[in-house]
Amino acid sequence: MNQKRFTWFNATSLTFGFVFLYLPIMLLIIYSFNDSKLVTVWGGFSTRWYTALFQNESFMNAAWVTFKVAVLSATIATVLGTLAALVLTRAGKFRGRMLFSGMVYSPLVMPEVITGLSLLLLFVAIGWDRGFWTITIAHVTFSMCYVAVVVSSRLISFDRSLEEAALDLGCNPFNAFMQVTLPIIMPAVVAAWLLAFTLSLDDLVIASFTSGPGATTLPMKIYSQVRLGLKPEINALSTLLIVAVSVGVIAASLIAKRAEQVRARSGDG
Amino acid sequence: MAASGNTSDVFAPWNDASATPLIRFEGVTKRYGDFTAIDNLTLDIYEREFYALLGPSGCGKTTLLRLLAGFEEATEGRILIGGKDISKVPPNQRPVNMMFQSYALFPHMSVAKNIGFGLKQEGRSKDEIAQRVAEMLTLVQLQEFAKRKPHQLSGGQRQRVALARSLAKNPKLLLLDEPLGALDKKLRERTQFELMNLQEKLGVTFMIVTHDQEEAMTVASRIAIMDKGIVAQVDTPAMIYEAPKNRYVSDFIGDVNFIEGTVTAQQDHEITLQSAAGQDFILHSDKPLAISSTAWLAIRPEKIAVSKEPPEDRRNKLQGIVDDIAYSGSISTYHVRLSNGDLIKAQMTNQRRLSNRAITWEDNVWLSWTDTAAIALTE
Repeated sequence: MNQKRFTWFNATSLTFGFVFLYLPIMLLIIYSFNDSKLVTVWGGFSTRWYTALFQNESFMNAAWVTFKVAVLSATIATVLGTLAALVLTRAGKFRGRMLFSGMVYSPLVMPEVITGLSLLLLFVAIGWDRGFWTITIAHVTFSMCYVAVVVSSRLISFDRSLEEAALDLGCNPFNAFMQVTLPIIMPAVVAAWLLAFTLSLDDLVIASFTSGPGATTLPMKIYSQVRLGLKPEINALSTLLIVAVSVGVIAASLIAKRAEQVRARSGDG
Repeated sequence: MAASGNTSDVFAPWNDASATPLIRFEGVTKRYGDFTAIDNLTLDIYEREFYALLGPSGCGKTTLLRLLAGFEEATEGRILIGGKDISKVPPNQRPVNMMFQSYALFPHMSVAKNIGFGLKQEGRSKDEIAQRVAEMLTLVQLQEFAKRKPHQLSGGQRQRVALARSLAKNPKLLLLDEPLGALDKKLRERTQFELMNLQEKLGVTFMIVTHDQEEAMTVASRIAIMDKGIVAQVDTPAMIYEAPKNRYVSDFIGDVNFIEGTVTAQQDHEITLQSAAGQDFILHSDKPLAISSTAWLAIRPEKIAVSKEPPEDRRNKLQGIVDDIAYSGSISTYHVRLSNGDLIKAQMTNQRRLSNRAITWEDNVWLSWTDTAAIALTE
């Protein structure tokens, strides 16, 4: 097998691929440490845009709103998504099962513009003031299905006899879930939460549709700022966002991977 | 067969008309859609029994166990434990514990936490739980492993943790679903004896599901042979082996040869059966058979002697040619082809070493057996 052999062709295509993917991001990170006021001209190393950023109240407000929305929506989505995953994997054949699973998963492929627009119509129709809560609810609706996918893929390989053993030893079904099932699927649930958190953090489209006065998220802020002209502060802010998102994604995958290894070692589902 | 000859021992509550069974299945049927897993089953299981459910996969033995544990609900009929109908009692409130085939140890808990899990659910005090866990650990000889996680144990150790966990609550009935299936042969044999000793010591009623007939023969006080949702025969291991009720049971337990024939004479328990080839055989039957009815002679391979010379002192004999010899160390199984093309299996212990063996392939041999070695089966 030559699969592991180093060839110039492989090395070149790998380099091109990574450059294509990461060069823009690397540039952005480098220029966030640029001393010059002009975004595209290098003027020496400095962290002054970071300082300026932390002193900019409107940015900090947006960051705080974004953080609150992300934590809250990820938590609600994790609870609802886990419940949906349980029903999808556990309940045998019930009437409308196909419809139900289709409806849980469809937001994955639904264009964001449509989700955002329909949510906007709903909020207007029932007369809710748009703001923090409407963004949170909107984020729950689309991140919930990601949670359902992640958690149900774990539940499919879960050994049901563990739950039966808990019932057999005197647990009622709720306690069996809390004491046995949940701790075992916890890594998947945490990974799902991190995924939902990250999705909420970088959403622009749906937030734009469902936000109102006083509730501007960071991506919205950045977008509106960029339209008025590039400011070096944006680079600093984007770098911080990249760090936050990468930490979230890497943590989620590490947790999932570690849990997989523990499972492989212990040899049970 | 050195089967536990407990037919004459004191412990035989199933022969005692005044004994009340611990568990009673009354006309239990379990259907999944069109498929009938258990078909109108009636069974009595007595206290302190080691009861084995034996059958091929798909015969309904695991379903029966799950009905008792409460994971399945019977479609029809009642299940009584100690006289009480438990059909509607959820699994967590039954005086029954189960040891799972996969062991189902909780991977996120230590050995001690696993064993103490059931006691914790009962709301026992910490000291009480610790004491009982220590007791159970001693019972299964895993004292040093209390703090380990299941994935740090070997297969045999996990099996013992699972056993300790299911016994910790001191159930009236312990269900064992293929408990030794994942162990290697040596360990399995040793564990069988440990299980028997444990059961005797604790006096808990054990019900074991297995597809391994040797295992069932070794451990059980009684065996229920199941076939497609019905029970073909319930009896002690010795009776199952030596007095099977029909051809299914005799074929399922051990090896057997059948010869079809017509009953031509009966004197007390001695029956004369004439085969299609016109040869007469003498065999044993507990019940009277009608003259000229069809019956099958059933004989175990180890009860047939193979010799090169025609045996003088035996009335049952057949001549044939050695077709194949299956050598398995202590015994050899000879496949002898008769003149009508039928194969008869005969077993001989290898008293001599291989090189000195007198009978070999393509030899012309005589098969013979005593008047009481074969039995008559009518179904």
